[in-house]
Amino acid sequence: MGSRSSHAARIPDVDSIRRETGFSQASLLRLYHRFRALDWNEKGYLSRVDLQQIGALAVNPLGDRIIDSFFPDGSLHLDFPGFVRVLARFRPVDDEDNRNRDPKEPEPLNSRMNKLRFAFQLYDLDRDGKISRQEMLQVLRLMVGVQVTEEQLESIADRTVQEADEDGDGAVSFLEFAKSLEKMNIEQKMSIRILK
Amino acid sequence: MGFQMLVPFGPWNWLFLLVALRCGGASSDLSESTNSSAQHELNVRFAAAGSEPAETVSVFALDYDYVQIPYEVTLWILLASLAKIGFHVYHPLPGLMPESCLLVLVGALVGAIIFGTDHKSPPVMDSSIYFLYLLPPIVLEGGYFMPTRPFFENIGSILWWAGLGALINAFGIGLSLYLICQIQAFGLSDVNLLQNLLFGSLISAVDPVAVLAVFEEARVNEQLYMMIFGEALLNDGISVVLYNILIAFTKMHKFEDIEPVDILAGCARFVIVGCGGVFFGVIFGFISAFITRFTQNISAIEPLIVFMFSYLSYLAAETLYLSGILAITACAVTMKKYVEENVSQTSYTTIKYFMKMLSSVSETLIFIFMGVSTIGKNHEWNWAFVCFTLAFCQIWRAISVFALFYISNQFRTFPFSIKDQCIIFYSGVRGAGSFSLAFLLPLSLFPRKKMFVTATLVVIYFTVFIQGITIGPLVRYLDVRKTNKKESINEELHTRLMDHLKAGIEDVCGQWSHYQVRDKFKKFDHKYLRKILIRENLPKSSIVSLYKKLEMKQAIEMAETGILSSTAFSIPHQAQRIQENKRLSPEDVESMRDILTHNMYQVRQRTLSYNKYNLKPQTSEKQAKEILIRRQNTFRESTRKGHSLPWGRTAGTKNIRYLSFPYSHPQPAGGDVRAAEFTDHDGSDAEVPSIMFNTHSPTGSLQEGRRTQEIIPMKSLHRGGKPPHLGYQRNRSQEEQLGRGRRAVLRPKPLFHAVDEEFESGEESEEEASAIGSRWSAEHRPGRDLHRSHSPLLQRK
Repeated sequence: MGSRSSHAARIPDVDSIRRETGFSQASLLRLYHRFRALDWNEKGYLSRVDLQQIGALAVNPLGDRIIDSFFPDGSLHLDFPGFVRVLARFRPVDDEDNRNRDPKEPEPLNSRMNKLRFAFQLYDLDRDGKISRQEMLQVLRLMVGVQVTEEQLESIADRTVQEADEDGDGAVSFLEFAKSLEKMNIEQKMSIRILK
Repeated sequence: MGFQMLVPFGPWNWLFLLVALRCGGASSDLSESTNSSAQHELNVRFAAAGSEPAETVSVFALDYDYVQIPYEVTLWILLASLAKIGFHVYHPLPGLMPESCLLVLVGALVGAIIFGTDHKSPPVMDSSIYFLYLLPPIVLEGGYFMPTRPFFENIGSILWWAGLGALINAFGIGLSLYLICQIQAFGLSDVNLLQNLLFGSLISAVDPVAVLAVFEEARVNEQLYMMIFGEALLNDGISVVLYNILIAFTKMHKFEDIEPVDILAGCARFVIVGCGGVFFGVIFGFISAFITRFTQNISAIEPLIVFMFSYLSYLAAETLYLSGILAITACAVTMKKYVEENVSQTSYTTIKYFMKMLSSVSETLIFIFMGVSTIGKNHEWNWAFVCFTLAFCQIWRAISVFALFYISNQFRTFPFSIKDQCIIFYSGVRGAGSFSLAFLLPLSLFPRKKMFVTATLVVIYFTVFIQGITIGPLVRYLDVRKTNKKESINEELHTRLMDHLKAGIEDVCGQWSHYQVRDKFKKFDHKYLRKILIRENLPKSSIVSLYKKLEMKQAIEMAETGILSSTAFSIPHQAQRIQENKRLSPEDVESMRDILTHNMYQVRQRTLSYNKYNLKPQTSEKQAKEILIRRQNTFRESTRKGHSLPWGRTAGTKNIRYLSFPYSHPQPAGGDVRAAEFTDHDGSDAEVPSIMFNTHSPTGSLQEGRRTQEIIPMKSLHRGGKPPHLGYQRNRSQEEQLGRGRRAVLRPKPLFHAVDEEFESGEESEEEASAIGSRWSAEHRPGRDLHRSHSPLLQRK
């Protein structure tokens, strides 16, 4: 345990990452270890293949999309800051943080809006800022068992879009998405305890 | 209430009871026991066996005496099994109360019958039988099914809590009761300190695992689960050790002049007994793991080895007066990891089921005895003792929980909340262990044994029923889940998506704690232990293959129901229904909501799930399989578009064929050769179902720029020993297997033509067939070795 501080020094750009993501030193260290463990052939970055080696993701219905979310804009390599940036979204929301925050600074990565944006990205594959009916249908298909027929799925997708769509354009924009979830405790749902 | 539950069983149960009654009636004359109960008078019909010399050869005779013991024992077990069937058939019940309630009731019922017919129950339970035959299976099962990773991660807290908790409880209850006994008014002054301490030690043996099933649906976090499990595991051992030490004391000192030296000796003995037991267990575990290394040709004896060695560890430890329970637990824990990799799939299943069966039988028998004891004449009711026992049990458990956890929370990264502590406190349900120890108190040393037994029974009944039934609602209440609000479809869908997302990200983060120790152990394990204990030519993590195999049958079914058709995945939907603002009636919405709720995939259980009486149900497996089949298909779809596969038709050529893709392709999404390989980076969590996608990542040893061919992920379609052509024989070398897989390429093809037909075109169907066909059963190696092992194979081309 005493050698921890020396390890921290090995993380490149520790301070800027800390500021950007808000992780504690200990958490960053653990994430760095995890990053290194995933990067088993020590390339210094992660590729999709490395993430696909996590067996549990293979049986997650959204496994592929989750992996894709780590590689924004079609890049093939994931470096440590990128890795941490994604995980930072799942930090538990600390009320203290919010109060001391300087309003001129950009929103912290784990704010409610940013969490919602991240979830929104899972739906919106073509990144047009809207969840079309097709995209909703695709996600539904991924998440539902095989017993449900295609027609049922389509009607459910229709209904879902209908419920949330307010301006009648047949798609759910981010604001509509956020609005439909305003009663949900997103901060708790999308926070992982260990990522303090 | 017991009779209510028996109603669904039908006639068979009553038939058994009738037979038992009849035989009970008959045997009371024939039995030679020293029971001086009243004689029954229906003996005329049956020839008395053995009492007079027969003068003629009797054509028909009955000899109940000969079979009495096994006959009745079998009937009891059968009765309990029928009760269990009814218990599970009647749906609300398993979520309402723990299964031990049921067993207690069955025991009471049998006791009532035996009492009612004035039948002398066979003397099946005495000290040696309990300790030699009934107890080991129960402990073995607990040790074997214990999830090792969380156990060792929390081992500090568990040892602290279980060890100290048991001691505090034992001594606390014992001392408090002693003080109560000193009060003259209760008429208990002949119960001395040692007896009280002994009683305290046996009453503090809890069996909290029994209630785990009750609050399984509530999101009990892993740490809490482990604490409860660990406590159950170690508690028995500690109680028995303490019990034996105190019995030894009682034998030595009939008076109360125990010197400090003795106490110190007692403590030292406690430590030695505990550690010695563990040591023995570990040794035996290693030996048995080593032996299973060589059993590939006679896999039928593998379960035998496992059971015999565990039992042997127990006996060997008991010989030296060490703790057999801890020995057998340690043996099971050590053995499990290596044995699971070595034994064949069927042996593995056999071991699991047989263990559950044995422990279930043992526990049933103990509970039946408890029932028989309850309804009988051998009680001594003392209000003060009983009530104070009950009170002190709760009080001291509360004290120990809150005090010990307060202290250990200071050292934990994730402290236990008060809510967790309340759950732990409330799950202190007593079980078969306490009763057995009370029943086996030697009468000579404990003249008031009956009182102890009565008090124990009261505590057990109280905790099992009252606490067992109310803990479910309590946990659900503490969980504070919003169940009243009806969520809109949007919310439901999005919540589930977020749950999946969260589970996925948690998996990416992996398990954190105590890196150094765990890593060191893993290194040591890989370097030395596995070389010795695991069979040769086994991949390092073939434990994966033991879980969750992809069923061919299910794939076929899915294909036939059209799920796997390519149209299902195509992005531009042909019939574009744009804005159909249908007015949906509330019933439609309701039914939609129902469809969603019932059919959405469950989030992967990160919390452990252990059921003492049953092995895991198959729903999560089925779900995992569906997801994997789908992914495989999507993958095939996406890679099929826009890739020219140089060799489609020839299946079964001389060389080992890998379906290969041109190396570098620009598409980021789905374009990579899908390779999901299970590694034990995150600790080979045994609950994770994973299918191995065998892979070769090109970026390693092969040169980057060269257009080499990648080896397609070979998803291993394993079967639990069914069609042998895809059978997974783990004890072959990699090459041999691939060779066999090559031969197997031909076989799976026709089966998957069903899938192929639904795909678009003819010219690509061959391709597909070979793509699917190359999904032979193969082993996988972790990435590093893969490079080296695959390159010679590549060169063979």
